[in-house]
Amino acid sequence: MEILSFIANNWSVILGLAAEHIWIVAVAVGLAILTGVPIGIAITQSKRVADAVLYVASIIVTIPSIALFGLMIPLLSTIGQGIGWLPAVIAILLYSQLPIVRNTYTAITNVDPALREAAKGMGMTPLQRLLQVEIPIAVPVIMAGVRTAVVMNIGVAAIAAYIGAGGLGVLISRGISQTDPRQLVTGAIAVSLLAMAADWALLKLQKRLTPAGLKR
Amino acid sequence: MIRLEDLTKTFATPNGLVVAADKVNMEVPTGEICILLGPSGCGKTTALKMINRLIAPTSGRILINGEDTSKLNDIELRRNIGYVIQQIGLFPNMTIEENICVVPKLVGWDMKKAKSRAAELLDLVGLDPRHFLRRYPKELSGGQQQRVGVIRALAADPPVMLMDEPFGAIDPINREIIQDEFLKMQAALKKTIMFVSHDIDEAVKMGDKIAIFRAGKIEQYDSPDRILAHPANAFVADFVGADRTLKRLRLVTAEEVARADAASAARSASVADVRQSLASSGERIAVVIDGDHHPVGFVTADELQGASGRIGDFAHPLPASVPVRADLRAVVSEMFAHDTMWLACTDDNGRYAGVVTQPAVTAALRATYGGANAGAA
Ligand SMILES: Nc1ncnc2c1ncn2[C@@H]1O[C@H](COP(=O)(O)OP(=O)(O)O)[C@@H](O)[C@H]1O
Ligand SMILES: [Mg+2]
Repeated sequence: MEILSFIANNWSVILGLAAEHIWIVAVAVGLAILTGVPIGIAITQSKRVADAVLYVASIIVTIPSIALFGLMIPLLSTIGQGIGWLPAVIAILLYSQLPIVRNTYTAITNVDPALREAAKGMGMTPLQRLLQVEIPIAVPVIMAGVRTAVVMNIGVAAIAAYIGAGGLGVLISRGISQTDPRQLVTGAIAVSLLAMAADWALLKLQKRLTPAGLKR
Repeated sequence: MIRLEDLTKTFATPNGLVVAADKVNMEVPTGEICILLGPSGCGKTTALKMINRLIAPTSGRILINGEDTSKLNDIELRRNIGYVIQQIGLFPNMTIEENICVVPKLVGWDMKKAKSRAAELLDLVGLDPRHFLRRYPKELSGGQQQRVGVIRALAADPPVMLMDEPFGAIDPINREIIQDEFLKMQAALKKTIMFVSHDIDEAVKMGDKIAIFRAGKIEQYDSPDRILAHPANAFVADFVGADRTLKRLRLVTAEEVARADAASAARSASVADVRQSLASSGERIAVVIDGDHHPVGFVTADELQGASGRIGDFAHPLPASVPVRADLRAVVSEMFAHDTMWLACTDDNGRYAGVVTQPAVTAALRATYGGANAGAA
């Protein structure tokens, strides 16, 4: 009951924090798509490069987020951005590379070689093959990678409150430091709801972006 | 015209060099279908893919209408060559219409022209455009997909077509139907076609010429009839099969061996007149025809001896008749079925068109032809 009245009384604050949270993840994953998809496509040209890139990306994911934030403080302090929004976005951008690069790479390499050969034999340039055949066929799998990145990083963004990035993590960190279970629980529930909502919305988007001929 | 000169391809593999094409020399005249035939792994696909440069030759030259293809831009070259791959390879993300319009779009046709072309081609292979244009490949049966694969290659009207086992993925009954459809289209389109097959029956049916490959080398390059009648060596003879003589039956129609001037007689003719004319021509049988010129029976010279009256009274019913367009395999099959040495032939309107006899069939099979092209002459 206490929690419900807390939520009712602080509705606009919570919404504001949620908006910050969404903004951090959206910017970071957006940038991750802009980098990860081209990287995923580029590494299809060489198995050895692909293995190396995917190895590095999976190492990055194993670094705990707190440690990653800590590592960035001295680096980004040189431009006066040691804490706050920027390191949060960079961390999420890095974490997002693995699902996005890996899914893009897998999806493109899994395109039926017969289709690639048909496209080539009909006189498509490599870019035309990519845009007209390979990417449209890869879209559902790439989108699944984006979904994974978003859901995973909504949690990471909550921890970024400790370095002053804002977002729903603020409720959690305050709840802990002020031993205020109302804020703690509200923050935790809000983060989970946000993750579930994002997953659902992105699944809808994934289905819309899937070419009609590939739908079951 | 497609010309291969000393065309050679070697692949370096972990197990050493594989020679997939070994100094292949051949020429396909404009408007003809050449079949590349041979067992799996003999280099047919490699030869085909060197023509549109999906595989770069190790040495040798490929000339299309006298132009060395290595001097041309690969992309341009491929847009001017229709290519049908064995796995069909329709793009699953595109509708049937979009699939057919791929090359027309690449070469810059306006969309209206490309779309009307797509509808026209679908019509040509018996797929209703209203029904199929907006469909996706996965909604089509294997046979329908294969038809779309072929017309997609034809869409921009390329003078040259490369077809890699284009009808391999479908059941025998549908395959025969598509083969017939394709031959009908080819009669009108007159493309220059390289066609890979591993099926001797398909090769004999579809090819103006057949090149038989073994381990990257051409063992024989000849008309289907000459390949069947005169295999160049034991490998070819073995590959075309012990029943190669029977296969030749399919290459000849009843018309080519029928005697159009074999004796016939109207039902109303007098026995004496017919007996007289049979005696003077030395024939033993006359086909009896009715007022519309349809064959209705036959009379024998022996039974007319000493008889008088109208021929109609002495006629025996015909066991069977065959259309002049039928191939000799169908003719022989009818002869065996009715235990007869001869059959009357009829034209498209059912009118009497002559007689085909077992000795004439045998003589046709024995006949040896002069030039490499003389099979159909
Ligand atoms: N890319 C390749 N690398 C190595 N060997 C190949 C390659 N492509 C084909 N070959 C070999 O070349 C030979 C001819 O192959 P192919 O032209 O596909 O035969 P076919 O189409 O007659 O079945 C085979 O021995 C095959 O293993
Ligand atoms: Mg092959």
